[in-house]
Amino acid sequence: MSDLILSVRNLRVVFPHRHGELVPIDDISFDIQRGEIIGFVGESGAGKSMTGAAIIGLIDPPGYIDRGEIWLGGERIDQQVSDPASRIRGKRISMVFQDPLTSLNPLRTIGDQLVETIQTHLMIGGDQARRKAIAGLEEVGIDPGRFGAYPHEFSGGMRQRVVIALALCAEPELIIADEPTTALDVSVQAQVLELLKRLCQERGASVMLITHDMGVIAETTDRVAVLYAGRLAEIGPTATLLTQPKHPYTRGLIASTPSVETGDINTKLFQIPGVMPRLDALPAGCRFHPRCEHVVARCKHEQPQLSAGTACFLYGDE
Amino acid sequence: MRMIARRPKRFLDAVSDVSFSIEKGRTYALVGESGSGKSTIALMTVGLLRPSAGRILIDGHDLHDRSRTQAAHRKIRQRLQMVFQSPYASLNPRWRVGSILAEPLRVFGLVQSPQAEIYRIHELLEQVGLSASDASRFPHEFSGGQRQRISIARALASRPEFIVCDEPTSALDVSVQAQVLNLLKELQEDLGLTYLFITHDLAVVRVMAHRIGVLKGGHLVEEEETARLIDSPQSDYTQMLIRSAPRIQRSTAGDSAATLA
Repeated sequence: MSDLILSVRNLRVVFPHRHGELVPIDDISFDIQRGEIIGFVGESGAGKSMTGAAIIGLIDPPGYIDRGEIWLGGERIDQQVSDPASRIRGKRISMVFQDPLTSLNPLRTIGDQLVETIQTHLMIGGDQARRKAIAGLEEVGIDPGRFGAYPHEFSGGMRQRVVIALALCAEPELIIADEPTTALDVSVQAQVLELLKRLCQERGASVMLITHDMGVIAETTDRVAVLYAGRLAEIGPTATLLTQPKHPYTRGLIASTPSVETGDINTKLFQIPGVMPRLDALPAGCRFHPRCEHVVARCKHEQPQLSAGTACFLYGDE
Repeated sequence: MRMIARRPKRFLDAVSDVSFSIEKGRTYALVGESGSGKSTIALMTVGLLRPSAGRILIDGHDLHDRSRTQAAHRKIRQRLQMVFQSPYASLNPRWRVGSILAEPLRVFGLVQSPQAEIYRIHELLEQVGLSASDASRFPHEFSGGQRQRISIARALASRPEFIVCDEPTSALDVSVQAQVLNLLKELQEDLGLTYLFITHDLAVVRVMAHRIGVLKGGHLVEEEETARLIDSPQSDYTQMLIRSAPRIQRSTAGDSAATLA
């Protein structure tokens, strides 16, 4: 039981608007083990970033958590995580965003920002904080001599390393990384992901890695959750899910991803027909059914529940 | 206006001594990371940027030949079009799709009557998998993938022979990317199009291009037919790019997804 760091149960997020409400996350449940790297993959609008935002309490009003529970290491946090005094955000759960300049103040040196973050979350004095900050920079492969440098003096990949140092410095139990390498060149991407993976494993921190990129999932994660239109389509160990995907959407996603190792000019990429539905035009029943090759009558009226890792009437004992 | 201080003007060579040629009806891919010069080359090739030195020859005609008349220049420009990376920045949000597609038709004087214009617009929309009724909508009503289809339709309006595609699917989700790439390939076959395809993604290049040029820091580092370059890269840089490209495990079920049990 103490191996579970995060537990999410029946999470539902709602955005009310003039004519009704939108539900970007509808009944999502999953666990994160201590020390594991779990990927959240899905296309734009699937709800993966929103899930991360809900956990760390960063859902912008008028959105709110309508239903469900979020437990961090045995303590329920969904009510309090938005409160800065709760000492959860930044300390027990930290975040890495896609654009390093979201997290880095361009007007302050990286050293100062590290020290400030450390002192905000840990009860230690200036000298000790400074030493910790320098150690943090070394850990992410940045020359401590650049302590007094400003964010704009670093390349994109280096800035993300600084952001990772910031995310780790308060010793969080969980790091939520939302598309941390999407804006980086592929060669730099590999290095940054490797760094994140190694540091988290060394410290026993868990990572929730949000991305649209199956390649990143394949190379970095232990387990993966596939989101579609606000619900979980499939969840399971990465190696198994990628080699034996069950849910038709997962299969379609994998099949439509081009590979650097196979194919040629005559290859026609597999394409899933249609597009993911907008939140204001969700189909009845299984949200994927209008695009699914295996649709049967039941799919049009009933929503499949997650059973043995897959939410699909083709599987499970229903 | 007072001059307070001035440093000597510095010049950056975005692109140095790059030479390549593309055969009609084929796709040449320029692969490189950020800062490699690939977008600069794209803009020069389509005439949006003037090269500091060197020439760009379209079917033997120098694109930047100043001695040419306006009319002659326009005739050449008609044969070249471009599809940009961002589906959000490249369509005027205040114009309906019909007007966006009508613009090249009018600029190049390609249609003689309003009916002919409407007909051609509908034809273009259908060619890219959209419908005639989409002409009355605004860009914001469409998804990223659909907007790229509109951009492609706009590029096809002047019946070009050569299209520069600058990272056309980099901003799209993977399943949408597959649709757009398949569309581009179909159009190449049906219309005999020649493509200069700019990308950082080697996996995309594998299925899109006949020939690849690898750019680094403004220099062409390696150039070869696709399969040969990816399977036996010669330069260290190319090898590094290929090594860094993420790989996914595939199941046999995934490969023949059309025949799921």
